[in-house]
Amino acid sequence: MAPDERPVLELRGMTKRFPGIVANDHIDFDLGRGEVHALLGENGAGKSTLMNVLYGLYHPDEGEIRIKGEPVRINSPKDAIERGIGMVHQHFMLIPVMTVAENIVLASEPTRAGVLLDYGAARKRVTELSRTFNFAIDPDARIDEITVGQQQRVEILKALYRGADILILDEPTAVLTPQEARELFDILKTLIREGMSVIFITHKLHEVLEIADRITVLRRGKRIDTVQRAGATEQGLARLMVGREVLLRVEKASPEPGEPLLRVEDLGVLDDRQLEAVRGVSFEVRAGEIVGIAGVDGNGQSELIEALSGLRRAAAGRIWIGDRDVTRSGTHAILDLGLGHIPEDRQRRGLVLDFTLAENLALHDFDRPPNSRFGWLFPARLVRWARTLLQKYDVRGGGPQAKASELSGGNQQKVVLAREIGRDPQVLIAAQPTRGLDVGAIEFVHRQLVAARDQGAAVLLISLELEEILSLSDRILVLYEGRIVAEYGPEATEDQLGMAMTGVDAKDAA
Amino acid sequence: MSETAAPTPEPVPEEHQGFAARWEVYQRAGGVITPLITAVFAFFIGGLVIFATTHKNPLSTYKAIFDGTGLNWLSPVSIDWHLFYPVAVHWHGWDTGALAATNLQQTLIITTPLILTGLAVAFAFRCGLFNIGGNGQYTVGAVTAVQFGVWFSGMPGPLHVILAMTMATLAGAAWAGIAGLLKATVGAHEVITTIMLNWIALWIGSYLVGFGGPMQDPRAISAPVTRPVAESAKLHVFWGPPTLQGLHIGFFIAIAALVVYTLILKRTTLGYQVRAVGFNAEAARYGGISVGRSYVVAMAISGAFAGLAGSIDLLGWEFNLDLTVVQTVQIGFIGIAVALLGRNNAFGIFFAALLFGALLTGTSTRNLDPSVFQPELAGNLTRIIQGLVVLFVGADVLVLYVWQARKKLRLARKEAKP
Repeated sequence: MAPDERPVLELRGMTKRFPGIVANDHIDFDLGRGEVHALLGENGAGKSTLMNVLYGLYHPDEGEIRIKGEPVRINSPKDAIERGIGMVHQHFMLIPVMTVAENIVLASEPTRAGVLLDYGAARKRVTELSRTFNFAIDPDARIDEITVGQQQRVEILKALYRGADILILDEPTAVLTPQEARELFDILKTLIREGMSVIFITHKLHEVLEIADRITVLRRGKRIDTVQRAGATEQGLARLMVGREVLLRVEKASPEPGEPLLRVEDLGVLDDRQLEAVRGVSFEVRAGEIVGIAGVDGNGQSELIEALSGLRRAAAGRIWIGDRDVTRSGTHAILDLGLGHIPEDRQRRGLVLDFTLAENLALHDFDRPPNSRFGWLFPARLVRWARTLLQKYDVRGGGPQAKASELSGGNQQKVVLAREIGRDPQVLIAAQPTRGLDVGAIEFVHRQLVAARDQGAAVLLISLELEEILSLSDRILVLYEGRIVAEYGPEATEDQLGMAMTGVDAKDAA
Repeated sequence: MSETAAPTPEPVPEEHQGFAARWEVYQRAGGVITPLITAVFAFFIGGLVIFATTHKNPLSTYKAIFDGTGLNWLSPVSIDWHLFYPVAVHWHGWDTGALAATNLQQTLIITTPLILTGLAVAFAFRCGLFNIGGNGQYTVGAVTAVQFGVWFSGMPGPLHVILAMTMATLAGAAWAGIAGLLKATVGAHEVITTIMLNWIALWIGSYLVGFGGPMQDPRAISAPVTRPVAESAKLHVFWGPPTLQGLHIGFFIAIAALVVYTLILKRTTLGYQVRAVGFNAEAARYGGISVGRSYVVAMAISGAFAGLAGSIDLLGWEFNLDLTVVQTVQIGFIGIAVALLGRNNAFGIFFAALLFGALLTGTSTRNLDPSVFQPELAGNLTRIIQGLVVLFVGADVLVLYVWQARKKLRLARKEAKP
């Protein structure tokens, strides 16, 4: 896959400053024809800024962009599209009630008589494109009827339809299942064979090693190095990214489980459509152990977590925390009993983004002394408590009075962690605790979970990342279609879990 | 406590804190500038309307309106302008008996309930609710206040006032609480329910004070009006002649309500809950806050402000309730514009209420010289500006955009220079 001699895209000395921060500091970058060039870095390293500059969303303060050797000025996404640059954002920009073909041709529709959409022509064009690049996609399907992975393909097709030959993918796998990610990689390989060039933004090391030809690592707005895939290792890339040695697998002592602190018996939970999402689940988590729940997304994890934390009524069965039956208790009462809950979606549920960090850190305890007395709130005490926690959990990007929305994802998660672990929970539910975080932050979160375990908490870890389940759990349960279909010790392999997760009977497979 | 082995904590670079701080300032600046620009825009377009309808210089019309508001009383000198330069300066000091003083009293009398109905909208806003029902809550408060003002006529003054005001406040709270309860229990949208409650309040009020209604004054068979409240229930007038609608102490009650509003939101657990629900109901629920209860409480407090407004108007200067007032009162609706323009912030609400209070007084037929502006049109000018404010408040994104575009332009110019 030798890239052409002449790069299709060159960035020279790109610099973008925001008030008080240099987001991109004289970054050089080039992209060859038929190359996948990964842009690797932690959250806030400047990857997205650089690409937004290239796509015309930001104007660079310094630097030069050359496309096929020719210096260009890109003032808007429209300019970028005209120059053959296409971008697939992390959050898709599709219209759910319209068909695939309609979405793809949007803004440059083939028309009849100048005003009417020529749907037939649009459909034909989309079918051709999708055949050329081997996309299995139905042009007549509505966006809200297809999977996330397919929606992403629509976004890619949209860029190709507009004539892109340089494709920027911003964290494309963040929303995909492992299978879908594999399919995406196949598509990328086809694109490259057809002479496209791809810039692949990510912070996931194993993806980079799988798909990229070259890897440019950014850290704190600076280009650290550009390396060939051949010879690169996860450990080495992690060191470049974070600037120090990183433990990719957390170190922990063997567990010393005590009393069961969380017990679930024959639990049944209904989802929003009143269908059974959790069906007769029983398990217990003891003090001082981490129990991992593995499973493909949508197999009852969310409903299970909500039932355990009092956000959703159980339809059947019993839940105990310690020796208290909490099946019918509300969230407030369960929190009082010492439940810590790191929610799946920190922005939707874990944080009030418009609140200050001090206010967010008091979300469970604002109505208890010393934070308040007789309904009267003491903001200064919230701030003092917050200052201690923020320092202890190494939260960066703002003090107690900063709004949660000003922090990066990793630091937001640290705030959630500080709140949930900081109140010394008996039982800690950690749902996808590292979703969207970078290597350094993942390591931090993992250490905190192990530390909570070692302090005697019963930790229930629910994650879609097998690697995470395997590296942290002392016992592993597999959830499939709302049932626990298998239980493993920490020595289980990814293959074993993967089989059980897709419903293949564990005993048959073994 | 868990052991936190922080991975080699590096000191937070100074510029990071600086960025957060600067961003805060920028937002705050946007918070003051955008309502100002909104108001200026509204007056500009209002000026075009004036020019189109009267073919007169809008500035002189606005000057006449301003003089009618009594706000000119605040300045001890008056200046005669010839186009853009002053030609004469008169010193007249602060004469309490002057016409301007009377006008200012009128302005502040109207500002008082506007502050409160503005708060009624703003408080619900902070809980993520849109309270369109200020008018109905105001009416319920007014009806309750007048009834309690008529009863208990032998009571000692301050007690009687407190009783009537408390009952009106509670009535307003209960009325709005219905909408909160419906939202919390069956999910009925508060915009729909508060509008319906407005009409219910209007027609119940009309029945009560109208011809043959139980509250109609038996001595005034020919007029659909209640009996006047007892002397003991009237609010003390501290500025201007008590017999001629001087300024009553209700004004200070409204100011106190602004303080209470801020204290509840910033310094109580209740306010914390209301704001949490308003910003992110899902996170609030996860945090152990009862979202439904917050809706009920927030609506009740909103209604309490509006009910208080109704009682202050009744006990402060109206003294009896007229069928026409019940059917045409707009105070609750103007409260929406007040809250929007004031950005749900106590200071903002005070000045927005003052603006609308002044406009209402300044454009009233009594104050506006008919040769400057036809009296039939004068009152409409307030409504036009009110409408434009509501329209433009939705456009503060646009204002911010223009602001940023200007900055970008400046940067580009700077770049181009060297």
